[in-house]
Amino acid sequence: MAHVATPPATTAPPHRRRAWRDILIGWSFILPNFVGFALFTLIPMVAAFALAFLDWDSYSTPEWVGLDNFQRLFSDENFHVALRNTLYYALGHIPLTLVAALGLAIALNRKLRGVAFFRTAAFFPYITSLVAVAIVWNMLFNPTAGPINQLLEALGVAHPPKWVASTDWAMPAVIVTSVWRDMGYYMVLYLAGLQTIPKEYYEAARVDGANAWQRFWGITLPCLRPTTFFVVVMLTIQSFKVLDLIVVMTDGGPGRSTLVLSQLIYREGIIEGKFGYSSAIALVLFVIVLTVTVVQFRINERRSAR
Amino acid sequence: MTALHDAPPAAAQRRPPAGAEDGDRSGGSPLRRALAYLTLTVLAVLVLVPFAWMVSSALKRDNEVFAVPIQWIPRELRWSNFVEIWERIPLLTYLGNSAFLSVTITLLQLLTGSFAAYGFAKVRFPGRDALFVAYIATIAVPWQAYMVPQYIMMQKADLTNTYWAIILLQAFGAFGVFLMRQYYMSIPDDLCEAARIDGLSEYGIYWRIILPLSKPALASLALLTFVNTWNDYMGPFIYLTSNELWTVQLGLRSFVGQYDAEYAMMMTGAVLSVLPILVIFLLGQRYFIRGIATSGLK
Repeated sequence: MAHVATPPATTAPPHRRRAWRDILIGWSFILPNFVGFALFTLIPMVAAFALAFLDWDSYSTPEWVGLDNFQRLFSDENFHVALRNTLYYALGHIPLTLVAALGLAIALNRKLRGVAFFRTAAFFPYITSLVAVAIVWNMLFNPTAGPINQLLEALGVAHPPKWVASTDWAMPAVIVTSVWRDMGYYMVLYLAGLQTIPKEYYEAARVDGANAWQRFWGITLPCLRPTTFFVVVMLTIQSFKVLDLIVVMTDGGPGRSTLVLSQLIYREGIIEGKFGYSSAIALVLFVIVLTVTVVQFRINERRSAR
Repeated sequence: MTALHDAPPAAAQRRPPAGAEDGDRSGGSPLRRALAYLTLTVLAVLVLVPFAWMVSSALKRDNEVFAVPIQWIPRELRWSNFVEIWERIPLLTYLGNSAFLSVTITLLQLLTGSFAAYGFAKVRFPGRDALFVAYIATIAVPWQAYMVPQYIMMQKADLTNTYWAIILLQAFGAFGVFLMRQYYMSIPDDLCEAARIDGLSEYGIYWRIILPLSKPALASLALLTFVNTWNDYMGPFIYLTSNELWTVQLGLRSFVGQYDAEYAMMMTGAVLSVLPILVIFLLGQRYFIRGIATSGLK
C-alpha cells in the first residue's frame, strides 16, 4: 500500500487534458469487469433491499407494502426455527473451527522434513467438493453401521446417536463435517500469522524459564490477535450464510432440524416464487451479519487501544 | 488484514535460516523429533480418514461398505466399479460440462479481473478509490442475500436453464479484481513510470510489463476460480434443470438421491469427482496457499 502516494512525475503540461485522459484510461480498464459486476452483483444487491418492502410473488404485480413482510416474518414459525438453527450452527462452527485451525497451525508450524505434506493433507478437505464431502460424511454418520457409531460402540457407548437421522443430532453432525472441511483454510491464515512472530520473543521467554503453555498464552496468542480477529470475522460471515452444505447433506431435515436462514430464502424465493417475502428474510440475514461484524470491529478497536 | 498481507506465504517458505520455532528447538533431540512426527501422523490420519474410507468403499461391493467390523482394505478389490459407473450415469457428459463451465469462467475472470485491477492499482483518477471500496464491500455481503433478485433477472431474461446464467453471475466477481490489485500494488510504480517515459501506452504497460510480472497471482486466481466453479453446487442447482446440462456435482447428487443403497457406486462417483481437483491441487498448491494467505479470502 506504500505506493499509492507517489505523485506522477509528468504532470507539468496541460493539467486538465491529462486528468480527462486518466479518467478515460482508468475506466477503460475497469469497464469490462464493471459492466458484469454492476449488472449481476451491484444491481441485484440494491434490488434485494427494495424487494423486501414489496409484496411480489412470481405471478402478481409488485406492490409497496412497507414493513408488512417483516411483520409476517416475526410470526412465521419457519423463520424462528431457521434463525435458531443458524445461531446453533454458528455457535458450534465458529469456536470449533477456530480451535481446530489454530491447533493444526501450531502443530504444523515446525521445521521438519515432510511438514509440507502434512499441511497439504490438512488443507485438502477444504477444496474437496461439498457433494463428495456430504456423501462420505453421511455414510460415516450412518446410524446403524457407520464407522463413527461402530467406533463409539467399541468405546462402550451403548446407544450412540442416530446423527443425520435424528432431529437432535443432525446439526452436530453437520457442524462436525463443516469443521473438518473448513479448518484447513483457517489453518493457512494462522500459519501466515505465526510466521510474523519474532523468534526472539520465544528465546527470551525460554531464558526466563517460561514453559510451553506459558509461552502459548503469553506470546503466541497475543501476537496472533490480528489474525484471530480476521478469522473470527470471516468465520462469522461464513457460518451465518451457510447453505450448500446443509442443502446437500440434510436438506434441512430431518423435519426442520437443520433448516437455516439461507435455505429459507432459497425455498421461499426461488422455489415458491415469493420474491418480496424472501427478500425480507435476506435483509434480516444481512443485518444480522453486519451487526455482528460491526460489533466485532468495535471490540477489536477497544482491545487494540488498550 | 495488513498483518496477513505482509506475512510470507506459508507454503513458499523453504530452507529457512537458522533459528528455531517454538516447540522445536534447533531440530531438537531425536526423541523430540520422533514425538513431533508422531503428533503430525496422528493428526494427518484423523484428517484423512474420511478420504481413506471413501477410496476403500469405492472398491467394495455395495453390501460390504457397512460391514461390521469395518474392512479398511476390501477383501477383493472391485476395480470394475470404476468401469460400471460410466454406464450407470452420463459421467463423461457431466465432467465435460463441469470442465467447460470452469474453464470459461476462469478465463473470463482472469481477463476482466487482471485488466480492471490495473485501472485500480496503476491509473490515478478521481473516484477510483471510492469505486474500489464499493467492490470490496460487496465481497463481504453474503451472496445468499441477493440470490433471489439475481434469479428474477435471469428468469426475466429467459436465461435460466442455460450456461449463460452461471457464467454471467460468476465471471465478473469482485474477488479477482481484489486479488490482482493487491498483487499489482507490490509492483513498484517506478517500473510503469519508466515504461511511460519510453513511450509505452497504459495498455502496453499492462500487457508487456505488469502481466508477465504477476504470473504467480494469475496462477493463484486461476486455480481458486477453477476449483470454486468445479465444486460449486448452488449455482448449477438453482439454474440448471435439464439433465444434459448438469455438472458433475449435480449428477452425483442426483445419483445419490435415486439409488440410495448403491453405496459403493456413490463412493466411486465421489472419488472420480474429486480426482481432477486433487491433481490440479497437487500441481499448483503453492499458488493456492499463496492466494489465500495474501488475500485472506476464498
